[in-house]
Amino acid sequence: MKVLWFHLMPYTELPDDFKERHPGVWVEIDPALFDPERAHVMYNDFMDELEFAAQQGFDGICVNEHHSNGYGLMPSPNLIASTLARRTRDSAICVMGSSVALYDPPVRVAEEFAMIDCISGGRLIAGFPVGTPMDTCYAYSQNPSLLRPRYYEAIDLITRAWREEKPFPYNGRFNRMRYVNPWPRPIQKPRPPVWVPGSGSVETWRMCYENDFVYAYLSYWGYKAGLGVMKGFWEEMKAMGAEPNPYHAGFLQAVGVAESRAEAVDLYAGPASYFYDRCLHLDPKFARPPGYISEATVRSRLTSQVTKAADQAIAARPFQANTDNVLDQGHVIVGSPDEVADQLREVAINLNVGHLMLLLHFGNMSKDLTRHNTQLFAEKVLPQIADLFDDEWEDHWWPNPMPSQSRAVPEPVAV
Amino acid sequence: MTGYSERSATVSGGELRIWEKGEGPGLCWFAGLPGLPRWLPVLDRLAECHRVAAPSLPGAPGGHSADLLDEHVDWLLAARDAHRAADAEGGALVGASTGGALAADIAAVWPGAVGRLVLIAPFGLFDEAEPVADVFAQRPAERSPLLTNRPEDFDAWTASGSDDADETMEWDIMMQRANNAAARLLWPLGDTRLATRLARIACPTLLIRGADDRVMPESYAARIADTIAGPATVVTIPGAGHMAEFDRPDEVAEAITEFLAGG
Repeated sequence: MKVLWFHLMPYTELPDDFKERHPGVWVEIDPALFDPERAHVMYNDFMDELEFAAQQGFDGICVNEHHSNGYGLMPSPNLIASTLARRTRDSAICVMGSSVALYDPPVRVAEEFAMIDCISGGRLIAGFPVGTPMDTCYAYSQNPSLLRPRYYEAIDLITRAWREEKPFPYNGRFNRMRYVNPWPRPIQKPRPPVWVPGSGSVETWRMCYENDFVYAYLSYWGYKAGLGVMKGFWEEMKAMGAEPNPYHAGFLQAVGVAESRAEAVDLYAGPASYFYDRCLHLDPKFARPPGYISEATVRSRLTSQVTKAADQAIAARPFQANTDNVLDQGHVIVGSPDEVADQLREVAINLNVGHLMLLLHFGNMSKDLTRHNTQLFAEKVLPQIADLFDDEWEDHWWPNPMPSQSRAVPEPVAV
Repeated sequence: MTGYSERSATVSGGELRIWEKGEGPGLCWFAGLPGLPRWLPVLDRLAECHRVAAPSLPGAPGGHSADLLDEHVDWLLAARDAHRAADAEGGALVGASTGGALAADIAAVWPGAVGRLVLIAPFGLFDEAEPVADVFAQRPAERSPLLTNRPEDFDAWTASGSDDADETMEWDIMMQRANNAAARLLWPLGDTRLATRLARIACPTLLIRGADDRVMPESYAARIADTIAGPATVVTIPGAGHMAEFDRPDEVAEAITEFLAGG
């Protein structure tokens, strides 16, 4: 089992009446709510937390990309990842990921990922998301029905740019380039592992199988809501002839650990409430831009039992959470170390997921509480789940870095 | 049923449906946002003295796929194919909303193809100071009231109405496809750069706008009328929203008929 520490980097000072006074946290979020000097502190705290997680022995640290979003302050996760590459030693650097369809040309992503792979000594996990409707179609005004074809073409162009040994021309539907020749090139050969964050699209599942990418279901609704989607994924993988290697999949889960469940509820109910009440206060008008979901997927969801189950699982989740019971419903797993370990073991086995991506910071959790949560998890939970799956399955989708002794050692921070 | 006939035509993008009714000079009708899931009363009125031909635009009900239309030139050629298939060359071309954007472009790019042009609240322009409403980023219950003054009738017009689950599924997919195609053409602002081509329109043109249009700012019709080279008139229909042809079919048909009889 690989356990990764995932930071969304939410703005932690949205006002108490945010839900009542503002239509949503995304796309049209009020610019007046953003205080750059407070963001200075948040960014630095968040990077400290990621570095602390790496020190504590998490297998990987994760960042991701959002735009015009109050719960994700990383329009460019690669900026954060590049500093993490300098300030951490052994953990994988998981950029989950760069929204390749947004960049013209997408070769820019091939270049930046190659830089991070070089700086980190080959520790990069390259995430390629389609991107949410809010990020792509609204904040970045991408044409919804062209987004997915652009996405597929961008992945083709990037992976080919890493693979080809000479400069080459690319005459795509959307990208026409006379000279493709990213310099630098990644350390990892033939390429860094590619992980695809998805939300239940049958086309994404098939692409992951065909290209040997990890499929990671990133839901904020916890393992109970994730069961239907992951069941659909594994049934589709089986139908295509893939073996059920849990490392072919990833899953996101928010977790709060304390000495007892009562203490955990006391510590984490507030941050959880902030996360579901304010961070996930989404305006439904941005949920489904026309054409974002392909007709093939719509039809599949309406006719296929497998994808219907997945779709029902997605539809069943509240668009806006009832925060009174987020802890009870498993959206956030809270408890003592043993309770959390038991639940995560159950999650991993039931969903057949070898890469657990954990939100040990969520909502407006303070730096102290985040460190407490991270340290307690690392010391008392991680040892209980780390060996899961290892005797049965090999992780073919994990970075293959340079030997530790060959890697450069950064100078201490200059004053 | 109101006595219209249906035929199909094969064009470069595939097969498209053409609904026809009436006798007389040809009038090609390019429908608005959802296309024509069903016949429209305004077409009955126009068919009283014209041969009305309504070809389906790509992605709309009865239209061929829009999946390969990546750029505006692809849309323009597909719209011209539909116009030719309507067999109203040199006659009247009426375009509403999305169809209006394409109808205006046909008149600009193929001047001999259109004798008289009617545009009902056409898309195609965008002014930051007076933005067109975002017809796609709408909560489900708010979209029909944005488009029309008769939201309940509009919902019924666009709903399957069938008890059969499979029929309803296919209908819903058809309507989603129409919305997807409109978004594909207009995303993100509705600006097709029509403003740069308006001056090429030389034929007499009638602009119709609903007095209660909540999508298209009032100034747009006048701006178009002022820019095109040919003589242009603006008519405002009281009690009508963006889909004036749906809200006030008699008044809209009367304005069109009067304009077309004018020469």
